[in-house]
Amino acid sequence: MALALVVLNLPGSLSARLKLGIGSVFLPMAGLVRSADHLAGSASATVASRGDLEQQNEALRRENQELKVRSTLSEGLERDNARLRQLIGWRQRQKLQLRLANVVLREPSNWWLSLEIDLGSRDGITTNRPVLNADGALVGRVAAVRLTRSQVVLLGDPNVHVAAVVENETRDMGVIGASGPVVNGLVELGYLARSANLKPGQTVRTSGQGGIFPADILIGQVVDLPVEDNSGNIARVKLAARLDALEAVWVLGE
Amino acid sequence: MSAPHLIFLLAAAYLTVFLEAAWGGARHLLGAQIDLLPALMVYAGLSGGPVAISLLAFAGGLLFDSISANPMGISVIPLLAVGFGIHAGREFILARQFFAQATLGLAASAVCPAATLILLMSGGHRPLVGWGTFWQLGVMSLAGALASPLFFRLFSTLDRALIHRRAPETSFRSDREIRRGRG
Repeated sequence: MALALVVLNLPGSLSARLKLGIGSVFLPMAGLVRSADHLAGSASATVASRGDLEQQNEALRRENQELKVRSTLSEGLERDNARLRQLIGWRQRQKLQLRLANVVLREPSNWWLSLEIDLGSRDGITTNRPVLNADGALVGRVAAVRLTRSQVVLLGDPNVHVAAVVENETRDMGVIGASGPVVNGLVELGYLARSANLKPGQTVRTSGQGGIFPADILIGQVVDLPVEDNSGNIARVKLAARLDALEAVWVLGE
Repeated sequence: MSAPHLIFLLAAAYLTVFLEAAWGGARHLLGAQIDLLPALMVYAGLSGGPVAISLLAFAGGLLFDSISANPMGISVIPLLAVGFGIHAGREFILARQFFAQATLGLAASAVCPAATLILLMSGGHRPLVGWGTFWQLGVMSLAGALASPLFFRLFSTLDRALIHRRAPETSFRSDREIRRGRG
């Protein structure tokens, strides 16, 4: 028991090293599971019919062409935006880089919302980088970085607070806070003004305040009317990202 | 508990924690992730000694905390307390009975997470707790009640299949055989 108390009271850096060292014993197992997944995926690809593959290929080719056109158009818009920002003296937005990461392990306890990804400090990941799902909706932020892996805390965890803005006429601002212990994709949007004019279905995005999350990242939609609380009004937001079905995520870097 | 038994126990702890972190099906279906380490501790508490209990608590608890957002070592203390508690009362427990194994699994799987939560909150952490926590504790307890007898059967099967037992010596000695008849 005394040894357990010593471990519990280790200094932060030593505790983090111990966590890294012990946690790395799961790496071979996680790699094995991923290889098995790949093998199963490639096995199913070999038995797919030629017709299905051709159809899929055609759909992907069309989608690729459409995305290329959109990318060219948005490059033009980006240039216009940069020129206008320069004209009125606004600070240029930083170019953001995306790094694709695989989810290797999930939080085994019921009282935190986190997961482990297969990118670490070796890949240039730093703490507090925003993390998005495949569709670009906000998932959380990087909380701890190890050499080859990082821990991501998810939206709804008590350690994640995101400054958010509601897309309505008054552009009401609030802070995304914790969810309930049972994960159902709902989080609280707190610190809303008492005059906030929220309606179900309105989109919620990051406001860019707070310095961690850039503006305009999709968070979710308001699901009910706000109720009064000590610290202002509180509404519930249905997250756009399905946190229980994440297999790969994008880590935003500068 | 022999060395092979201890190896089985530690391997089971490793696989249990890995499956909890790799498979989120229970959380998806039931809204609660199942933790089988307390049920494993019931087996260690009834079948093993202080060494087995300490090894399982430290290995299992530290493995669990290493991939969780928990502070390192917080899961060890409830596991140790449950293990030594069961070990202290093992002479009064019908360890081979399914009912006893299931009841202890149920109780241990409720006490361990509840104690971890209390330790977290008393240490200034703010874990996700609410009315849903009672549901989660209920699901974890039921899973522990089912898993505990299964662990007893699993280790008994492994014991029979993989551990060599020395054949018991008989009292028969060929040099002392009394030969009857004419010779």
